[in-house]
Amino acid sequence: MTVTESRALDEIKIGGMGSRRRRVEDNRFIRGRGHYIDDIVLPRMLHMEILRSPIAHARIRSIDTSRAYEIPGVRLVLTGEMMATRNLAWMPTLSYDTQAVLATDKVRFQGQEVAAVIADDPYIAKDACEAIDIEYEPLPPIVNPTQATADGAPLIRDDKENQHDNVAFDWEVGDKERTDRAFAEADVVSKISLHYPRSHPSPLECCGSIADFDRATGKLTVYMTTQAPHIIRAAVALVAELPEHQIRIISPDLGGGFGNKVPVYPGYVVSILASILTERPVKWIEDRTGNLISTGFARDIYLDGEMALRQDGRILGVRMHTTSDHGAFFSDAQPSKFKIGLMHSAFSCYDIPTAHLTARGVYTNKAPGGVAYRCSFRVTEAMFFQERMIQAAADDLGMDQAEFRRVNFVRDDDFPHRTPFGFLTDSGQYAKCLQVGLDAIGYADFRMQQEEARSRGRLLGLGISTMTEPLGAGNSREYDILGIKMFDSAELRVHMTGKALLRTGAKTQGQGHETTWAQIVAHELGIPAEDVLVEEGDTDTAPFGMGTYASRSTPVAGAAVSMVSRKVRAKARKLAAHLLEVSEEDVEWELGRFYVRSNPAQGVTIQECAAAAYSNMPDGMEPGLEGNAYYDPPNLTWPFACYIATVEVDPVTGVWDVLRFVAVDDCGVRINPMVVEGQIMGGLTEAYAMASMQFITFDSEGNCVGSNFMDYLLPTAWETPGWELHEVVTPCPHHPIGAKGIGECATVGGPAAFVNAVIDALGGTGVRNIDMPLLPDRVHEALTQHHDVSGAPPVKTD
Amino acid sequence: MTSLFEEITPAPATDVPVRRVTITVNGQPRTLDVEPRLLLAHLLRQGLGLTGTHTGCDTTNCGACTVLYDGAPIKSCTMLAVQADGHEVQTVEGLGTASELDPVQEGFTHEHGLQCGFCTPGMMMASRALLNANPDPTEEEVRFALSGNLCRCTGYQNIVKAVLWAAQRERDAQPPEEAGAEAATDDVPVEQEA
Repeated sequence: MTVTESRALDEIKIGGMGSRRRRVEDNRFIRGRGHYIDDIVLPRMLHMEILRSPIAHARIRSIDTSRAYEIPGVRLVLTGEMMATRNLAWMPTLSYDTQAVLATDKVRFQGQEVAAVIADDPYIAKDACEAIDIEYEPLPPIVNPTQATADGAPLIRDDKENQHDNVAFDWEVGDKERTDRAFAEADVVSKISLHYPRSHPSPLECCGSIADFDRATGKLTVYMTTQAPHIIRAAVALVAELPEHQIRIISPDLGGGFGNKVPVYPGYVVSILASILTERPVKWIEDRTGNLISTGFARDIYLDGEMALRQDGRILGVRMHTTSDHGAFFSDAQPSKFKIGLMHSAFSCYDIPTAHLTARGVYTNKAPGGVAYRCSFRVTEAMFFQERMIQAAADDLGMDQAEFRRVNFVRDDDFPHRTPFGFLTDSGQYAKCLQVGLDAIGYADFRMQQEEARSRGRLLGLGISTMTEPLGAGNSREYDILGIKMFDSAELRVHMTGKALLRTGAKTQGQGHETTWAQIVAHELGIPAEDVLVEEGDTDTAPFGMGTYASRSTPVAGAAVSMVSRKVRAKARKLAAHLLEVSEEDVEWELGRFYVRSNPAQGVTIQECAAAAYSNMPDGMEPGLEGNAYYDPPNLTWPFACYIATVEVDPVTGVWDVLRFVAVDDCGVRINPMVVEGQIMGGLTEAYAMASMQFITFDSEGNCVGSNFMDYLLPTAWETPGWELHEVVTPCPHHPIGAKGIGECATVGGPAAFVNAVIDALGGTGVRNIDMPLLPDRVHEALTQHHDVSGAPPVKTD
Repeated sequence: MTSLFEEITPAPATDVPVRRVTITVNGQPRTLDVEPRLLLAHLLRQGLGLTGTHTGCDTTNCGACTVLYDGAPIKSCTMLAVQADGHEVQTVEGLGTASELDPVQEGFTHEHGLQCGFCTPGMMMASRALLNANPDPTEEEVRFALSGNLCRCTGYQNIVKAVLWAAQRERDAQPPEEAGAEAATDDVPVEQEA
């Protein structure tokens, strides 16, 4: 009797799923050979610089550009008035509002775009901006929601018909009556008020574009720092009324995105018009101050939260009221039909019978905010509020932080689970993740240490943050941008020699798609990952997709890669049957090879099938071995995370240090564990940054405080703590390879762990809250004066 | 060395004053006429096409523009090109060769010390300067030496590993007697750039 050994390939050896494959894109980056926007030089290219308003709120009396034109090398100066002649002074936002491209009537925030100079050289363009004379008539500025809704507040959006106050929207979700009843029956009601401050994603590369309009062909090519090139193409077609097939958006290597590169910014639009007018390529590269004061703000939202509790620790109901500060234009880049994004994904990991949320959005004289910053559309705020409310509730009940969570978690056998606000979660092992985290940090020991240290005047604290969050927009039923449904796509061509080209509608910004997508192909087809070239970001070549944000690449585009590979495998099976001279039903698959069921030694490799597709196909079969797939996910994916921080607070200075940080992430099956860990560590660092130092705010005049990296502090290697990572794997039941989103979990769940830890360290002072960032002076104030510390603007500046 | 094109840029049409500078970049003397206000980073990027040196902040905070200036790490966005006249500059393009990578470059890819890649050239140049001065740094010394360089993607842990990996690789490659002689430099503190 013979035993036939499997001839399947070793998946790890071919760089398949689970392989810690080194990244392909590194080869160019470590040599300084990336192609970022500012590295691209086109023949006859001009340079554009934007002039921004120094004032937060003012009427524009006059703009005089004549002195700018006198400077040699200046080719064109654009103002709002000139944009208006092309109907481009205003543009629609992704939240169905309008946003000024170049100001015409008023400026509504400091840093707003007022004019643009196009010149031979960027230095000349900057010179010329200083030679533009503008007369402003200052108006009272508004920097927070209280001012915005006060009686007699000046109307910011007087450009809009039927807008008589500064309220952008009022919205609600949940069951009010049932929630009211839960509160009536509660033993204890726990309340907390918080502000999640403004923050800025600040990828290390700022935004920019090079517009290149060719009058001869009518083709507009725009190189652009965008996370979603196809959406931009659609937006340009609609806004500029250009034919879509004549628009090509190329997103080159991106120096980080984090949500900053999703929206359409005025600079892009102005550079396009400038190229059309000058008939030359026009490059616009934003400087850091421009980036910080005018683009992509996130958060800036206030919470009044209440929790109805039973004495035994069960949560009976939750009430949330949020007030979000959207700045001058409601330009949230979020694809849901919900005004406040996915705020109501809060409390999804807890088994809570009822909840009710009311949300108000207001206009202020600040840059348009609300953009996602490494989170899916207010999910970051939702989870922060949730975990701060959970900590306060446990304290109010006098219950242990871990035990309170355990008592209220959704159980492993209770899926699919309907969340208190109506989402459907599908999988998770919440209690297990928490236990892994507690064991890793040495929970019981730390609590003893903490008590012992306190007796000697040292302040130690431990903060837990546990959450499941919805990642991977869409499905198409509930999520769309400008009516375009949230699916994604992949196209795979297997060449004659078995090498392959894969393109998707996503767009990597450091996530490593060039490496990891090839691993999925290797997993599905047995083609070694090194034989698969991955391309993204060019709308003339990539299939239509919705881009990369919201941790949606793996949940949606990654699934499309899997599905297209399976389509290709289905055709390869027919080719294999032909080559093996058996019927298709008699053909079996193992990684990299088809074989005859009755005689496993008789088989053909996927590469042999590829050759046959071009050289030896059966009669009547369409030649070639390629396919495409559009994937519309049945649901969001729901990863779970448990983050635990321990800190020590200096009782004299208010400075706090992280002692240890344990992260337990369950993002389902990991395609490349090395890349996943990289995403987690990067996300945790941004969480630490928001909790500790990233401070961008406004004074009473509406001046942006934190408009450069000397004031807006990002953590360096020196202060960033070490991260201890652990994993639990609960495969996603509806994803073809069982994966869930991961890119944002740490940024979403991380901040509450730090804040909870510092508040825990202050136990006994009666302090319930200090708003982020937990700057030493705020902690010091809380410590010495025993009261909560608010971080709401305006700040005092001397 | 002769080339098909004159490197010296034509004088601008305006009466903007220019100064002729000669800077040795990656071992090659380069002569250009520059406006006195031109930043070194812009000369490298636009004048010489060495786009591996990035600018991320304009205020000397992010370090993406870090190059070696007479061997010391400096931020080229905060130096005028005319100040570099007569000096030596090394950029990421001069780190390793096409076929043979510098151990620092190898370390960064080996330890997944980069994601978007934008900070990477500056990080690697700062790392190179550290290892030149201190071939056997501690984790703390690496973190301190890189504290003038921001990374938004990695959280630094893998960058630190990458530098330590490169240090180990270089020490392993060194003959034992030389390694002994080099050990004396361990105590030399690494200068933090201003």
